[in-house]
Amino acid sequence: MLKDITLGQYFPGNTIIHRLDPRAKLLIVFVYIVALFLCKWLISYAIAFAFLTAAIILSRIRLKALFKGLKPLLIIIIFTALINLFYSDGRVLVEFWIFHITYEGIWNAFFLVLRIMLLVTGTFLLTYTTSPIALTDGLESLLSPLKKLHFPVHELAMMMSIALRFIPTLIEETDKIISAQKARGADFETGNLFRRAKALIPILVPLFVSAFRRADELATAMECRCYHGGAGRTKMKVLVFRMRDVISLLIVAALLAGIIVLRHFGL
Amino acid sequence: MAATIEVRDLSHTYSVGTPFQHDAIRHLNFTIEKGEFLGIIGHTGSGKSTLIQHLNGLLKPTSGDVLLEGESIWKDKQTTRSARFRVGLVFQYPEYQLFEETVYKDISFGPKNMGLDAEEIRRRVLRAASFAGVDPNVLDKSPFDLSGGQKRRVAIAGVIAMEPEIVIFDEPTAGLDPAGCASLLENIRSYREATGATVVMISHSMDDVAALADRLLVLNDGAMEMLGTPSQIFAQAERLREIGLSVPQVTSLFIRLHELGLNVDPATYTQASALQQLLSFKGGAAHA
Repeated sequence: MLKDITLGQYFPGNTIIHRLDPRAKLLIVFVYIVALFLCKWLISYAIAFAFLTAAIILSRIRLKALFKGLKPLLIIIIFTALINLFYSDGRVLVEFWIFHITYEGIWNAFFLVLRIMLLVTGTFLLTYTTSPIALTDGLESLLSPLKKLHFPVHELAMMMSIALRFIPTLIEETDKIISAQKARGADFETGNLFRRAKALIPILVPLFVSAFRRADELATAMECRCYHGGAGRTKMKVLVFRMRDVISLLIVAALLAGIIVLRHFGL
Repeated sequence: MAATIEVRDLSHTYSVGTPFQHDAIRHLNFTIEKGEFLGIIGHTGSGKSTLIQHLNGLLKPTSGDVLLEGESIWKDKQTTRSARFRVGLVFQYPEYQLFEETVYKDISFGPKNMGLDAEEIRRRVLRAASFAGVDPNVLDKSPFDLSGGQKRRVAIAGVIAMEPEIVIFDEPTAGLDPAGCASLLENIRSYREATGATVVMISHSMDDVAALADRLLVLNDGAMEMLGTPSQIFAQAERLREIGLSVPQVTSLFIRLHELGLNVDPATYTQASALQQLLSFKGGAAHA
Protein backbone atom coordinates (compact mmCIF):
# COMPACT_ATOMS: atom_id res chain seq x y z
CA MET A 1 0.00 0.00 0.00
CA LEU A 2 1.38 3.38 0.99
CA LYS A 3 4.57 1.72 2.13
CA ASP A 4 5.45 0.82 -1.43
CA ILE A 5 5.92 4.43 -2.51
CA THR A 6 9.51 4.79 -3.64
CA LEU A 7 9.47 8.54 -4.21
CA GLY A 8 12.56 10.09 -2.66
CA GLN A 9 13.62 6.79 -1.17
CA TYR A 10 17.25 6.00 -0.44
CA PHE A 11 18.75 2.67 -1.49
CA PRO A 12 21.93 2.18 0.54
CA GLY A 13 24.99 1.07 -1.40
CA ASN A 14 28.69 1.58 -1.71
CA THR A 15 29.27 2.40 -5.37
CA ILE A 16 31.24 5.35 -6.70
CA ILE A 17 27.96 7.20 -7.23
CA HIS A 18 26.96 6.58 -3.61
CA ARG A 19 30.34 7.77 -2.38
CA LEU A 20 30.42 11.03 -4.32
CA ASP A 21 30.22 14.17 -2.22
CA PRO A 22 26.56 15.22 -1.94
CA ARG A 23 27.51 18.76 -2.99
CA ALA A 24 29.09 17.42 -6.14
CA LYS A 25 26.00 15.31 -6.83
CA LEU A 26 23.65 18.24 -6.31
CA LEU A 27 25.72 20.39 -8.65
CA ILE A 28 25.92 17.59 -11.22
CA VAL A 29 22.14 17.13 -11.21
CA PHE A 30 21.66 20.89 -11.50
CA VAL A 31 24.06 21.19 -14.43
CA TYR A 32 22.54 18.08 -16.02
CA ILE A 33 19.05 19.58 -15.86
CA VAL A 34 20.31 22.81 -17.45
CA ALA A 35 22.02 20.73 -20.15
CA LEU A 36 18.78 18.81 -20.77
CA PHE A 37 16.93 22.03 -21.48
CA LEU A 38 19.60 23.09 -23.95
CA CYS A 39 19.37 19.86 -25.94
CA LYS A 40 18.06 20.52 -29.40
CA TRP A 41 18.20 17.44 -31.54
CA LEU A 42 18.81 13.72 -31.50
CA ILE A 43 22.58 13.79 -30.97
CA SER A 44 22.38 15.99 -27.88
CA TYR A 45 19.68 13.80 -26.39
CA ALA A 46 21.66 10.70 -27.18
CA ILE A 47 24.64 12.11 -25.30
CA ALA A 48 22.48 13.09 -22.30
CA PHE A 49 20.91 9.63 -22.37
CA ALA A 50 24.30 7.93 -22.49
CA PHE A 51 25.54 10.03 -19.58
CA LEU A 52 22.59 9.04 -17.39
CA THR A 53 22.80 5.38 -18.44
CA ALA A 54 26.45 5.31 -17.41
CA ALA A 55 25.56 6.84 -14.04
CA ILE A 56 22.77 4.30 -13.51
CA ILE A 57 25.05 1.40 -14.36
CA LEU A 58 27.71 2.71 -11.97
CA SER A 59 25.15 3.19 -9.19
CA ARG A 60 23.86 -0.40 -9.54
CA ILE A 61 20.32 0.85 -8.88
CA ARG A 62 17.89 -1.62 -10.36
CA LEU A 63 15.99 -0.39 -13.40
CA LYS A 64 12.78 -1.67 -11.85
CA ALA A 65 13.13 0.79 -8.97
CA LEU A 66 13.69 3.67 -11.40
CA PHE A 67 10.65 2.76 -13.48
CA LYS A 68 8.57 2.52 -10.34
CA GLY A 69 9.50 6.12 -9.58
CA LEU A 70 8.37 7.15 -13.07
CA LYS A 71 5.01 5.42 -12.77
CA PRO A 72 3.15 8.19 -10.88
CA LEU A 73 4.25 10.64 -13.59
CA LEU A 74 2.94 8.49 -16.41
CA ILE A 75 -0.28 10.48 -16.81
CA ILE A 76 1.58 13.80 -16.97
CA ILE A 77 4.04 12.38 -19.49
CA ILE A 78 1.29 10.98 -21.72
CA PHE A 79 -0.71 14.19 -21.46
CA THR A 80 2.19 16.46 -22.46
CA ALA A 81 3.12 14.07 -25.23
CA LEU A 82 -0.40 14.16 -26.68
CA ILE A 83 -0.62 17.96 -26.41
CA ASN A 84 2.64 18.28 -28.31
CA LEU A 85 1.65 15.63 -30.80
CA PHE A 86 -1.60 17.34 -31.77
CA TYR A 87 -0.77 21.00 -31.40
CA SER A 88 2.51 21.55 -33.19
CA ASP A 89 2.63 23.48 -36.43
CA GLY A 90 4.53 22.18 -39.40
CA ARG A 91 4.27 19.58 -42.12
CA VAL A 92 0.96 17.77 -41.68
CA LEU A 93 1.15 13.98 -41.84
CA VAL A 94 -2.28 12.85 -40.64
CA GLU A 95 -5.43 14.89 -40.23
CA PHE A 96 -8.82 14.03 -38.75
CA TRP A 97 -11.57 16.19 -37.26
CA ILE A 98 -9.84 19.00 -35.29
CA PHE A 99 -6.60 17.09 -34.83
CA HIS A 100 -3.61 17.18 -37.11
CA ILE A 101 -0.41 15.31 -36.48
CA THR A 102 2.65 16.95 -37.91
CA TYR A 103 6.14 15.71 -38.57
CA GLU A 104 7.47 18.29 -36.11
CA GLY A 105 4.80 17.34 -33.58
CA ILE A 106 6.00 13.74 -33.47
CA TRP A 107 9.56 14.83 -32.82
CA ASN A 108 8.45 17.43 -30.25
CA ALA A 109 6.41 14.88 -28.36
CA PHE A 110 9.24 12.37 -28.47
CA PHE A 111 11.82 14.86 -27.22
CA LEU A 112 9.55 16.15 -24.49
CA VAL A 113 8.86 12.68 -23.15
CA LEU A 114 12.55 11.90 -23.32
CA ARG A 115 13.41 15.13 -21.53
CA ILE A 116 10.92 14.57 -18.70
CA MET A 117 12.04 10.98 -18.25
CA LEU A 118 15.73 11.88 -18.19
CA LEU A 119 15.06 14.74 -15.82
CA VAL A 120 13.00 12.70 -13.39
CA THR A 121 15.27 9.67 -13.55
CA GLY A 122 18.30 11.89 -12.99
CA THR A 123 16.85 13.44 -9.86
CA PHE A 124 15.66 10.06 -8.64
CA LEU A 125 19.16 8.74 -9.07
CA LEU A 126 20.27 11.51 -6.73
CA THR A 127 17.78 10.63 -3.98
CA TYR A 128 18.25 6.89 -4.50
CA THR A 129 22.00 7.11 -3.97
CA THR A 130 22.22 9.90 -1.38
CA SER A 131 20.87 9.57 2.13
CA PRO A 132 18.51 12.40 3.13
CA ILE A 133 20.97 13.56 5.76
CA ALA A 134 23.86 13.76 3.29
CA LEU A 135 21.56 15.56 0.89
CA THR A 136 20.57 18.27 3.36
CA ASP A 137 24.18 18.54 4.55
CA GLY A 138 25.23 19.14 0.98
CA LEU A 139 22.48 21.66 0.40
CA GLU A 140 23.37 23.51 3.58
CA SER A 141 26.98 23.67 2.54
CA LEU A 142 26.14 24.84 -0.97
CA LEU A 143 23.80 27.54 0.32
CA SER A 144 26.13 28.69 3.09
CA PRO A 145 27.26 31.84 1.21
CA LEU A 146 23.70 33.09 1.72
CA LYS A 147 24.37 33.22 5.47
CA LYS A 148 26.12 36.52 4.83
CA LEU A 149 22.71 37.87 3.78
CA HIS A 150 21.25 36.60 7.09
CA PHE A 151 19.38 33.88 5.30
CA PRO A 152 18.70 31.05 7.86
CA VAL A 153 20.50 28.33 5.88
CA HIS A 154 21.10 25.96 8.78
CA GLU A 155 17.54 26.22 10.03
CA LEU A 156 16.24 25.57 6.54
CA ALA A 157 18.44 22.51 6.19
CA MET A 158 17.36 21.25 9.60
CA MET A 159 13.70 21.68 8.70
CA MET A 160 14.30 19.82 5.48
CA SER A 161 16.02 16.89 7.15
CA ILE A 162 13.31 16.66 9.79
CA ALA A 163 10.60 16.75 7.14
CA LEU A 164 12.37 14.06 5.08
CA ARG A 165 13.01 11.99 8.18
CA PHE A 166 9.34 11.98 9.10
CA ILE A 167 7.88 11.09 5.70
CA PRO A 168 8.23 7.32 6.23
CA THR A 169 7.10 7.62 9.84
CA LEU A 170 3.97 9.50 8.87
CA ILE A 171 3.26 7.11 6.01
CA GLU A 172 3.48 4.20 8.42
CA GLU A 173 1.27 6.04 10.87
CA THR A 174 -1.30 6.78 8.17
CA ASP A 175 -1.30 3.13 7.18
CA LYS A 176 -1.98 2.12 10.77
CA ILE A 177 -4.76 4.64 11.26
CA ILE A 178 -6.43 3.64 7.99
CA SER A 179 -6.35 -0.01 9.08
CA ALA A 180 -7.73 0.83 12.50
CA GLN A 181 -10.63 2.85 11.10
CA LYS A 182 -11.30 0.19 8.49
CA ALA A 183 -11.50 -2.30 11.34
CA ARG A 184 -14.33 -0.14 12.67
CA GLY A 185 -16.08 -0.38 9.33
CA ALA A 186 -14.93 2.92 7.84
CA ASP A 187 -15.44 2.93 4.10
CA PHE A 188 -13.13 5.01 1.94
CA GLU A 189 -13.94 3.52 -1.41
CA THR A 190 -17.61 4.15 -2.08
CA GLY A 191 -19.88 7.19 -2.21
CA ASN A 192 -19.66 10.52 -3.97
CA LEU A 193 -16.83 13.02 -3.64
CA PHE A 194 -18.37 14.74 -0.62
CA ARG A 195 -18.82 11.45 1.23
CA ARG A 196 -15.31 10.37 0.44
CA ALA A 197 -13.88 13.68 1.64
CA LYS A 198 -15.84 13.30 4.85
CA ALA A 199 -14.53 9.75 5.24
CA LEU A 200 -11.03 11.23 5.48
CA ILE A 201 -11.78 13.00 8.78
CA PRO A 202 -11.25 9.84 10.88
CA ILE A 203 -7.79 9.58 9.30
CA LEU A 204 -6.71 13.22 9.27
CA VAL A 205 -7.63 14.11 12.85
CA PRO A 206 -5.57 11.34 14.49
CA LEU A 207 -2.77 11.96 11.99
CA PHE A 208 -2.55 15.66 12.89
CA VAL A 209 -2.78 14.91 16.58
CA SER A 210 0.07 12.45 16.32
CA ALA A 211 2.17 14.76 14.10
CA PHE A 212 1.89 17.53 16.69
CA ARG A 213 2.68 15.10 19.48
CA ARG A 214 5.77 13.92 17.62
CA ALA A 215 6.85 17.50 16.94
CA ASP A 216 6.53 18.27 20.64
CA GLU A 217 8.51 15.20 21.62
CA LEU A 218 11.21 15.94 19.06
CA ALA A 219 11.52 19.54 20.24
CA THR A 220 11.93 18.36 23.83
CA ALA A 221 14.49 15.75 22.80
CA MET A 222 16.47 18.34 20.83
CA GLU A 223 16.45 20.79 23.72
CA CYS A 224 17.56 18.04 26.09
CA ARG A 225 20.60 17.65 23.87
CA CYS A 226 21.20 21.40 23.99
CA TYR A 227 20.38 22.08 20.36
CA HIS A 228 20.48 25.82 19.77
CA GLY A 229 20.63 26.33 16.03
CA GLY A 230 23.49 26.67 13.61
CA ALA A 231 25.90 29.08 15.34
CA GLY A 232 29.12 27.37 16.39
CA ARG A 233 27.80 23.93 15.48
CA THR A 234 30.34 21.40 14.22
CA LYS A 235 29.66 18.34 12.10
CA MET A 236 30.34 14.72 12.86
CA LYS A 237 30.74 13.93 9.18
CA VAL A 238 32.67 16.74 7.55
CA LEU A 239 32.18 16.87 3.81
CA VAL A 240 35.40 16.58 1.88
CA PHE A 241 35.66 17.37 -1.79
CA ARG A 242 37.85 14.65 -3.32
CA MET A 243 39.47 14.08 -6.69
CA ARG A 244 36.55 11.92 -7.87
CA ASP A 245 34.17 14.79 -7.13
CA VAL A 246 36.29 17.22 -9.15
CA ILE A 247 36.55 14.77 -12.02
CA SER A 248 32.85 14.02 -12.13
CA LEU A 249 32.09 17.74 -12.08
CA LEU A 250 34.51 18.23 -14.96
CA ILE A 251 32.76 15.48 -16.90
CA VAL A 252 29.33 17.03 -16.46
CA ALA A 253 30.79 20.46 -17.33
CA ALA A 254 32.15 18.94 -20.53
CA LEU A 255 28.70 17.48 -21.20
CA LEU A 256 27.12 20.92 -20.81
CA ALA A 257 29.76 22.55 -23.01
CA GLY A 258 29.33 19.85 -25.66
CA ILE A 259 25.56 20.28 -25.73
CA ILE A 260 25.90 24.06 -26.02
CA VAL A 261 28.24 23.62 -28.97
CA LEU A 262 25.89 21.07 -30.60
CA ARG A 263 22.99 23.44 -30.05
CA HIS A 264 24.91 26.06 -32.01
CA PHE A 265 24.98 23.68 -34.95
CA GLY A 266 21.32 22.81 -34.48
CA LEU A 267 22.04 19.21 -33.53
CA MET B 1 -16.94 -27.15 19.38
CA ALA B 2 -17.45 -25.52 16.02
CA ALA B 3 -14.54 -23.67 14.49
CA THR B 4 -15.27 -19.96 14.20
CA ILE B 5 -12.19 -19.00 12.24
CA GLU B 6 -10.19 -21.38 10.14
CA VAL B 7 -6.81 -20.31 8.84
CA ARG B 8 -5.67 -22.35 5.86
CA ASP B 9 -2.08 -22.33 4.65
CA LEU B 10 -1.90 -18.59 5.21
CA SER B 11 1.18 -16.71 3.97
CA HIS B 12 1.85 -13.02 3.60
CA THR B 13 4.78 -11.32 1.89
CA TYR B 14 5.41 -7.59 2.23
CA SER B 15 6.83 -5.30 -0.48
CA VAL B 16 6.84 -7.94 -3.19
CA GLY B 17 9.37 -7.15 -5.92
CA THR B 18 11.42 -4.58 -4.00
CA PRO B 19 14.70 -4.97 -2.10
CA PHE B 20 12.59 -4.83 1.08
CA GLN B 21 10.57 -7.96 0.27
CA HIS B 22 10.13 -10.31 3.21
CA ASP B 23 7.79 -13.07 4.35
CA ALA B 24 5.90 -11.95 7.44
CA ILE B 25 4.00 -15.19 7.98
CA ARG B 26 4.42 -18.56 6.32
CA HIS B 27 1.97 -21.41 5.81
CA LEU B 28 -0.10 -21.04 8.96
CA ASN B 29 -2.79 -23.64 9.61
CA PHE B 30 -5.00 -23.52 12.67
CA THR B 31 -8.57 -22.97 13.84
CA ILE B 32 -10.05 -20.75 16.50
CA GLU B 33 -12.90 -22.47 18.33
CA LYS B 34 -16.14 -20.74 19.19
CA GLY B 35 -16.02 -19.09 22.61
CA GLU B 36 -12.40 -19.88 23.34
CA PHE B 37 -9.71 -17.50 24.54
CA LEU B 38 -6.69 -17.85 22.29
CA GLY B 39 -3.43 -16.24 23.30
CA ILE B 40 -0.85 -15.48 20.61
CA ILE B 41 2.76 -15.13 21.70
CA GLY B 42 5.97 -14.60 19.80
CA HIS B 43 8.91 -12.23 19.90
CA THR B 44 8.87 -8.87 18.11
CA GLY B 45 8.66 -9.31 14.35
CA SER B 46 7.39 -12.89 14.51
CA GLY B 47 4.31 -11.98 12.46
CA LYS B 48 1.68 -11.70 15.19
CA SER B 49 0.28 -8.36 14.06
CA THR B 50 0.35 -9.42 10.41
CA LEU B 51 -1.56 -12.57 11.29
CA ILE B 52 -4.39 -10.84 13.16
CA GLN B 53 -4.90 -8.33 10.37
CA HIS B 54 -5.78 -11.28 8.17
CA LEU B 55 -8.46 -12.50 10.54
CA ASN B 56 -10.81 -9.59 9.75
CA GLY B 57 -9.77 -9.08 6.15
CA LEU B 58 -7.61 -5.97 6.55
CA LEU B 59 -4.72 -7.68 4.82
CA LYS B 60 -5.23 -9.88 1.81
CA PRO B 61 -3.29 -13.14 2.03
CA THR B 62 -0.46 -13.58 -0.47
CA SER B 63 -1.55 -17.19 -0.50
CA GLY B 64 -3.92 -19.29 1.56
CA ASP B 65 -7.31 -18.38 2.95
CA VAL B 66 -9.21 -17.34 6.06
CA LEU B 67 -12.62 -18.89 6.67
CA LEU B 68 -15.21 -17.38 8.97
CA GLU B 69 -17.86 -19.94 9.94
CA GLY B 70 -16.75 -22.05 7.00
CA GLU B 71 -16.96 -19.25 4.45
CA SER B 72 -13.98 -17.47 2.91
CA ILE B 73 -13.93 -13.83 3.99
CA TRP B 74 -12.61 -13.00 0.52
CA LYS B 75 -15.61 -14.50 -1.29
CA ASP B 76 -16.88 -11.06 -2.32
CA LYS B 77 -16.70 -7.44 -1.17
CA GLN B 78 -19.81 -7.77 0.98
CA THR B 79 -18.40 -10.73 2.90
CA THR B 80 -15.12 -8.93 3.53
CA ARG B 81 -16.92 -5.89 4.84
CA SER B 82 -19.19 -7.91 7.11
CA ALA B 83 -16.13 -9.77 8.41
CA ARG B 84 -14.86 -6.42 9.69
CA PHE B 85 -17.96 -6.12 11.87
CA ARG B 86 -18.04 -9.73 12.98
CA VAL B 87 -14.37 -9.80 13.89
CA GLY B 88 -13.48 -6.76 16.01
CA LEU B 89 -9.83 -5.79 16.01
CA VAL B 90 -8.29 -3.62 18.71
CA PHE B 91 -4.90 -2.45 17.47
CA GLN B 92 -1.82 -1.76 19.53
CA TYR B 93 -2.03 1.68 21.15
CA PRO B 94 -5.61 2.11 19.91
CA GLU B 95 -5.89 5.48 21.67
CA TYR B 96 -4.09 7.09 18.73
CA GLN B 97 -7.10 6.44 16.50
CA LEU B 98 -9.60 8.57 18.41
CA PHE B 99 -10.85 11.46 16.32
CA GLU B 100 -14.38 12.57 17.28
CA GLU B 101 -15.40 15.59 19.31
CA THR B 102 -16.87 13.54 22.12
CA VAL B 103 -16.21 10.13 23.60
CA TYR B 104 -19.80 9.12 22.84
CA LYS B 105 -19.44 9.97 19.15
CA ASP B 106 -16.15 8.15 18.90
CA ILE B 107 -17.52 4.94 20.39
CA SER B 108 -20.54 5.16 18.06
CA PHE B 109 -18.37 5.38 14.92
CA GLY B 110 -18.33 1.60 14.43
CA PRO B 111 -22.07 1.00 15.05
CA LYS B 112 -22.88 3.98 12.81
CA ASN B 113 -20.88 2.42 9.98
CA MET B 114 -22.98 -0.70 10.47
CA GLY B 115 -26.04 1.38 9.62
CA LEU B 116 -27.86 0.88 12.94
CA ASP B 117 -30.56 3.26 14.18
CA ALA B 118 -29.92 5.87 16.88
CA GLU B 119 -31.65 3.91 19.63
CA GLU B 120 -29.62 0.75 19.00
CA ILE B 121 -26.42 2.81 18.71
CA ARG B 122 -27.14 4.40 22.08
CA ARG B 123 -27.73 1.03 23.71
CA ARG B 124 -24.51 -0.37 22.27
CA VAL B 125 -22.38 2.64 23.18
CA LEU B 126 -23.52 2.57 26.81
CA ARG B 127 -23.07 -1.18 27.04
CA ALA B 128 -19.60 -1.08 25.43
CA ALA B 129 -18.54 1.83 27.62
CA SER B 130 -19.49 -0.07 30.74
CA PHE B 131 -17.72 -3.25 29.56
CA ALA B 132 -14.54 -1.35 28.74
CA GLY B 133 -14.66 0.52 32.04
CA VAL B 134 -15.23 3.96 30.56
CA ASP B 135 -16.54 6.36 33.20
CA PRO B 136 -20.10 7.35 32.05
CA ASN B 137 -19.36 10.95 33.08
CA VAL B 138 -16.78 11.38 30.31
CA LEU B 139 -19.09 10.40 27.45
CA ASP B 140 -19.73 14.03 26.54
CA LYS B 141 -16.11 15.12 26.96
CA SER B 142 -13.50 15.33 24.22
CA PRO B 143 -11.49 12.11 24.05
CA PHE B 144 -8.32 14.20 23.79
CA ASP B 145 -8.81 15.51 27.34
CA LEU B 146 -8.67 12.04 28.90
CA SER B 147 -5.72 10.27 30.46
CA GLY B 148 -3.84 7.67 28.41
CA GLY B 149 -5.50 4.74 30.17
CA GLN B 150 -9.00 6.19 29.77
CA LYS B 151 -8.34 6.92 26.08
CA ARG B 152 -7.43 3.29 25.54
CA ARG B 153 -10.65 2.16 27.21
CA VAL B 154 -12.62 4.47 24.93
CA ALA B 155 -10.86 3.00 21.88
CA ILE B 156 -11.59 -0.54 23.07
CA ALA B 157 -15.23 0.40 23.68
CA GLY B 158 -15.30 1.67 20.08
CA VAL B 159 -14.59 -1.86 18.86
CA ILE B 160 -16.75 -3.69 21.39
CA ALA B 161 -19.69 -1.43 20.47
CA MET B 162 -19.92 -3.26 17.14
CA GLU B 163 -20.70 -6.35 19.24
CA PRO B 164 -18.41 -8.62 17.24
CA GLU B 165 -18.54 -12.37 17.68
CA ILE B 166 -14.77 -12.43 17.91
CA VAL B 167 -12.63 -9.73 19.48
CA ILE B 168 -8.91 -9.55 18.81
CA PHE B 169 -6.65 -7.52 21.08
CA ASP B 170 -3.11 -6.61 20.00
CA GLU B 171 -1.18 -6.09 23.22
CA PRO B 172 -4.00 -4.32 25.01
CA THR B 173 -1.93 -3.57 28.11
CA ALA B 174 1.21 -2.18 26.43
CA GLY B 175 2.39 0.94 28.22
CA LEU B 176 -0.14 0.77 31.06
CA ASP B 177 0.83 0.78 34.74
CA PRO B 178 0.41 -2.51 36.66
CA ALA B 179 -2.90 -1.49 38.23
CA GLY B 180 -4.21 -0.36 34.82
CA CYS B 181 -3.07 -3.66 33.23
CA ALA B 182 -4.78 -5.75 35.86
CA SER B 183 -8.05 -3.86 35.68
CA LEU B 184 -8.11 -3.86 31.86
CA LEU B 185 -7.51 -7.62 31.74
CA GLU B 186 -10.27 -8.05 34.29
CA ASN B 187 -12.57 -6.04 32.00
CA ILE B 188 -11.68 -8.29 29.06
CA ARG B 189 -12.31 -11.40 31.17
CA SER B 190 -15.69 -10.25 32.42
CA TYR B 191 -16.69 -9.07 28.93
CA ARG B 192 -16.03 -12.54 27.62
CA GLU B 193 -17.92 -14.14 30.47
CA ALA B 194 -20.95 -11.91 29.93
CA THR B 195 -21.14 -12.19 26.13
CA GLY B 196 -19.55 -15.55 25.38
CA ALA B 197 -17.49 -13.86 22.67
CA THR B 198 -14.42 -15.54 21.24
CA VAL B 199 -11.31 -13.62 22.27
CA VAL B 200 -7.88 -13.59 20.68
CA MET B 201 -5.13 -11.72 22.49
CA ILE B 202 -1.56 -10.97 21.56
CA SER B 203 0.63 -10.40 24.56
CA HIS B 204 4.25 -10.16 25.56
CA SER B 205 3.36 -11.01 29.12
CA MET B 206 3.42 -14.77 29.68
CA ASP B 207 1.75 -14.21 33.04
CA ASP B 208 -1.22 -12.50 31.39
CA VAL B 209 -1.82 -15.17 28.75
CA ALA B 210 -1.26 -17.91 31.33
CA ALA B 211 -3.96 -16.43 33.52
CA LEU B 212 -6.50 -15.91 30.73
CA ALA B 213 -6.00 -18.13 27.70
CA ASP B 214 -7.54 -21.53 26.99
CA ARG B 215 -5.04 -22.20 24.25
CA LEU B 216 -1.81 -20.59 23.12
CA LEU B 217 -0.40 -20.12 19.64
CA VAL B 218 3.35 -19.59 19.52
CA LEU B 219 4.79 -17.87 16.45
CA ASN B 220 8.45 -17.89 15.59
CA ASP B 221 9.79 -16.05 12.57
CA GLY B 222 6.45 -16.13 10.77
CA ALA B 223 5.85 -19.85 11.25
CA MET B 224 3.74 -21.69 13.78
CA GLU B 225 6.00 -23.10 16.47
CA MET B 226 3.45 -24.56 18.90
CA LEU B 227 -0.27 -24.65 19.50
CA GLY B 228 -1.85 -26.08 22.62
CA THR B 229 -3.08 -25.54 26.12
CA PRO B 230 -0.93 -23.38 28.40
CA SER B 231 0.26 -26.44 30.30
CA GLN B 232 1.37 -28.12 27.04
CA ILE B 233 3.13 -24.95 25.92
CA PHE B 234 4.80 -24.02 29.18
CA ALA B 235 6.06 -27.59 29.57
CA GLN B 236 8.45 -26.71 26.72
CA ALA B 237 10.24 -23.96 28.60
CA GLU B 238 13.56 -24.81 26.99
CA ARG B 239 12.27 -24.31 23.45
CA LEU B 240 10.39 -21.14 24.41
CA ARG B 241 13.62 -19.62 25.71
CA GLU B 242 15.42 -20.62 22.50
CA ILE B 243 13.01 -18.56 20.42
CA GLY B 244 13.32 -15.52 22.64
CA LEU B 245 10.28 -16.07 24.84
CA SER B 246 9.93 -16.97 28.47
CA VAL B 247 7.50 -18.75 30.80
CA PRO B 248 5.31 -17.21 33.50
CA GLN B 249 7.15 -16.29 36.67
CA VAL B 250 5.37 -18.99 38.63
CA THR B 251 6.48 -21.56 36.03
CA SER B 252 10.12 -20.46 36.33
CA LEU B 253 9.84 -20.93 40.05
CA PHE B 254 8.35 -24.40 39.72
CA ILE B 255 10.91 -25.47 37.13
CA ARG B 256 13.61 -24.50 39.62
CA LEU B 257 11.83 -26.33 42.45
CA HIS B 258 11.56 -29.38 40.22
CA GLU B 259 15.30 -29.17 39.45
CA LEU B 260 15.99 -29.04 43.16
CA GLY B 261 14.31 -32.43 43.45
CA LEU B 262 10.90 -31.46 44.76
CA ASN B 263 7.96 -33.47 43.49
CA VAL B 264 6.14 -30.63 41.70
CA ASP B 265 4.83 -30.15 38.17
CA PRO B 266 7.36 -28.02 36.25
CA ALA B 267 4.61 -26.90 33.84
CA THR B 268 2.57 -25.23 36.57
CA TYR B 269 1.35 -21.92 35.21
CA THR B 270 -1.50 -20.71 37.42
CA GLN B 271 -1.12 -19.35 40.88
CA ALA B 272 -4.06 -21.44 42.08
CA SER B 273 -2.43 -24.71 41.03
CA ALA B 274 0.91 -23.53 42.42
CA LEU B 275 -0.66 -22.79 45.76
CA GLN B 276 -2.40 -26.14 45.84
CA GLN B 277 0.82 -28.04 45.19
CA LEU B 278 2.70 -26.10 47.82
CA LEU B 279 -0.06 -26.61 50.36
CA SER B 280 -0.09 -30.34 49.68
CA PHE B 281 3.59 -30.34 50.64
CA LYS B 282 2.75 -28.72 53.90
CA GLY B 283 0.06 -31.33 54.43
CA GLY B 284 2.45 -34.15 53.47
CA ALA B 285 5.13 -32.82 55.81
CA ALA B 286 2.65 -32.72 58.67
CA HIS B 287 1.79 -36.40 58.14
CA ALA B 288 5.41 -37.50 58.08
